[in-house]
Amino acid sequence: MHWSSWSAFFNMGGYAFYVWFSFGLTALCLAWEILAVRKRRDVALNLARLLAQDKQ
Amino acid sequence: MTIRARHKRFILIAIGLALLGLAVMLILNAFKSNMVFFYTPTQVISGEVPHGTSFRIGGLVVPDSLKRQDDGLTVHFSITDTVKTVEVIYKGILPDLFKEGKGVVAQGKVGANGVFEASEVLAKHDENYMPPEAAEALKRAKEAPADVQLK
Amino acid sequence: MNINWFKYSSPQTFYPLAGRMIPWFAWIAVIFAVIGLYISFFIAPTDFQQGEAYRIIFVHVPAAWMSMFIYMVMAGWAALGLSLNARLPAMMAQALAPTGAIFTLLALVTGSFWGKPMWGTWWVWDARLTSELILLFLYLGFIALQSSIDDPRKADKAGALLALVGVVNVPIIYFSVKWWNTLHQGSTISMGAAPKMVTTMLLGMLFMALAFWMYTIAVALMRVRCIMLERERASDWVKVLLLKATGGNA
Repeated sequence: MHWSSWSAFFNMGGYAFYVWFSFGLTALCLAWEILAVRKRRDVALNLARLLAQDKQ
Repeated sequence: MTIRARHKRFILIAIGLALLGLAVMLILNAFKSNMVFFYTPTQVISGEVPHGTSFRIGGLVVPDSLKRQDDGLTVHFSITDTVKTVEVIYKGILPDLFKEGKGVVAQGKVGANGVFEASEVLAKHDENYMPPEAAEALKRAKEAPADVQLK
Repeated sequence: MNINWFKYSSPQTFYPLAGRMIPWFAWIAVIFAVIGLYISFFIAPTDFQQGEAYRIIFVHVPAAWMSMFIYMVMAGWAALGLSLNARLPAMMAQALAPTGAIFTLLALVTGSFWGKPMWGTWWVWDARLTSELILLFLYLGFIALQSSIDDPRKADKAGALLALVGVVNVPIIYFSVKWWNTLHQGSTISMGAAPKMVTTMLLGMLFMALAFWMYTIAVALMRVRCIMLERERASDWVKVLLLKATGGNA
């Protein structure tokens, strides 16, 4: 481990803003995508269920 | 779908793709000659650069050429492609990676005295935090020294 | 052989199969991401030129790789769907597009946040950055074109044509740093003799790329299941599936 302290780690040699923004944005985008797909699945399942009930 | 209809569709798709491919090739060709992000000092000195408008010049900062004026903001340095060298004057903050012997791209115009007056200076770093393609680069550098240093 | 292939290429067989595969890919993605992040932040050394700012490479490069790779896979599925006139490959292409667009956006934005401190600018119109931006437009164009055509089969065909034409952009992105003078540096990965110090950096990037890859498979399978439900909600297999899910007494 080459970080002298946790604050050195978070400081990223003075580039904290750029480094953490890049990683944070990536995490946010991927998490958002998963949530969006799950929501889309729920909507699709509900619609299919309604249709199946109508038919019966 | 009948076999004939399918064949016809295939042929139409193929023709369409070929036409589009051709169009893209033509666009690319035009692109290739115009898509110059920066010129080398050799091109600047031989006059292969736009006249009257601003353009970019790229190369390596000549070691020991960086001089600061007393105002602390104006800097002089030289850019080389290892064949020709162009002097640059710039007033502003240099990027973190600006270093002598390293890559640089400057935007501006050639002044009356032949000095390049830069309005923006960008650092161009190399790809050497990872396996350097040392052998490859050396080989290419021997073939075309001016060109390779900048890429 | 043939029969088997067609069996798995039908939505009713693929839907449950995909459902079983998703957790596996998701967990492998998580494991790779943990390893990749650990290497990126704790094992990979500081760069001699760029200090700690270079660590952006561990998301930037894998995202950029994925943006190009997903496009190739998407175009491959689209071509398969077009030539076989089949449903599933076209659905796979459609399922990959949003993920590809997200990775393209991430490559562009993280690149911007890397360029600002290192190069001194957020954006330049050099060949590498411009062609990657065109890739984003291709993904968005594909998504927009597909959603603007109501008939799914026509939408698949139009989308496939756009996807195939756009393939020319991928080698342009890849070779742009060779073909033209760019501010963006040349390609780093073309393995020669790798000194030990850089091997750890390389490993960090590879694990992050593998994590993104597994993530892409998982999320694309999730999305392809949505597309199947949306397109075939009136079909019998969906009804049977729903009956099973609710215990068979609906």
